[in-house]
Amino acid sequence: MIEIKDIYKSFGENEVLRGISATFKPGLNNLIIGGSGSGKTTVLKCIVGLHEPTKGDVFYDGENFTEMSFRERVPVRKQIGMLFQNSALFDSMTVEQNIMFPLNLFTDMPKSEKLDRANFCLKRVNLEGKNKLFPAELSGGMKKRVGIARAISMQPKYLFVDEPNSGLDPLTSILIDNLINEITEEFNTTTVIVTHDMNSVMGIGDHVVFLNNGEKWWEGSKSEIAHTNNKELNEFVFASKFMRAARAKL
Amino acid sequence: MFHTLGRYLILLRLSFKKPEKFSVYWTEVMREMNSQGIGSLGIICIISVFIGAVATVQVAFQLSSPLVAQSIAGSISRDSTILEFSPTISALVLAGRVGSSIASQIGTMRVTEQIDALEIMGVNTPGYLISPKIISGVSMIPLLTIISVVLGLSGGYIACIVSRDISPTDYIIGLRDNFNPIIVVVCCVKSIAFGFIITSVCAYFGFYTSGGALEVGQSATKGVVFSCIWILFADLIVTSLLL
Repeated sequence: MIEIKDIYKSFGENEVLRGISATFKPGLNNLIIGGSGSGKTTVLKCIVGLHEPTKGDVFYDGENFTEMSFRERVPVRKQIGMLFQNSALFDSMTVEQNIMFPLNLFTDMPKSEKLDRANFCLKRVNLEGKNKLFPAELSGGMKKRVGIARAISMQPKYLFVDEPNSGLDPLTSILIDNLINEITEEFNTTTVIVTHDMNSVMGIGDHVVFLNNGEKWWEGSKSEIAHTNNKELNEFVFASKFMRAARAKL
Repeated sequence: MFHTLGRYLILLRLSFKKPEKFSVYWTEVMREMNSQGIGSLGIICIISVFIGAVATVQVAFQLSSPLVAQSIAGSISRDSTILEFSPTISALVLAGRVGSSIASQIGTMRVTEQIDALEIMGVNTPGYLISPKIISGVSMIPLLTIISVVLGLSGGYIACIVSRDISPTDYIIGLRDNFNPIIVVVCCVKSIAFGFIITSVCAYFGFYTSGGALEVGQSATKGVVFSCIWILFADLIVTSLLL
């Protein structure tokens, strides 16, 4: 379980986050949604330690991550898998080397076992046989799937996903969402997804946190979104005619 | 300026922290050695031969007097090639070739979140990305400089055969005349210092890149420019201290 308590984050004079608190439970897809510039990615980066919060704390299973030193954070980080918006695959490495990279660095597994793990992860994301390709040879959707394979190679307890659907066609987006959902259920990971894709929200949003102008505006599940009276959330989620029509039929 | 210097020193300290796994870092060192050393061999060979030849022809021209022994041109050409031309000009060329590659590679990794991905895994990113490059730089650049010296002196010999300003025999006599081994030590010390400057300064600018493709280009340019300035400064310091 991950808990964030009263997180504030400023960049110079610009206060991006103002007192965000939330709890993300294992086995659920926890979605952080909000418009562009609402602070979604900044929250995520504060949780994983890429940004240090100006104020507030992040707890991983009760342990205060914010107060830990770099060395103390390493054991926690070994349990973290993250998929970045642009996949962030290492360009100079093949798909297989990308997936095996954390295994090479942090485990003493024999090479055959690492290869088996890499093949298992690739099979899990339906990319069998793509081991020797370089990231430049992959499509956007394939890169995302390799990113997921790399993220799960260390069998993480916590999975973070930043904008999994950006730049993908609707069909591939659904495939990626389903894959994340399956992995969350299969490995019982605490999954935190930052998105502004409404298909993802309505499809896999077990727990949704809505941010607006750096503040938490609403929290609930996908089924509650359709019936909420929160004006800002309604304007955000049901901005399109299609979504309004879909809501009317509910 | 003090802020930049402080950040540079902190980055260097982080770069030489104990590695997570020695074998992974060693693989990176080998890869960098191949990239920096073998990858730069061609350009170093070409410039060294020409610089040696030009230096010999010019010295021969300036000393064309019946009162000066022709072999002196060989001695002057040898000393200037070993002390200055090979280490410094090679380093300036390598700042462009190796330095810009390091800054843009690390800068691109920064803006495409690859460094963030490493940090989230718990990797000491300065150690993993920068230390193999510095280790490779301080070992391969001196080797390239030694090759450059040999080829520079050979270039001088070729120039003697082609131009006939001085005879090849006089040139060889000049090369062997009054040879003081300290100049080779100075040459090696300079090249080690230059190797460190090129790799660490360019890695610094790459590591602290923020923005996009434009900023990656700017980081590479800054890295090369600052490396060149520091190379010339270090050249003066080493020369003053050792000669």
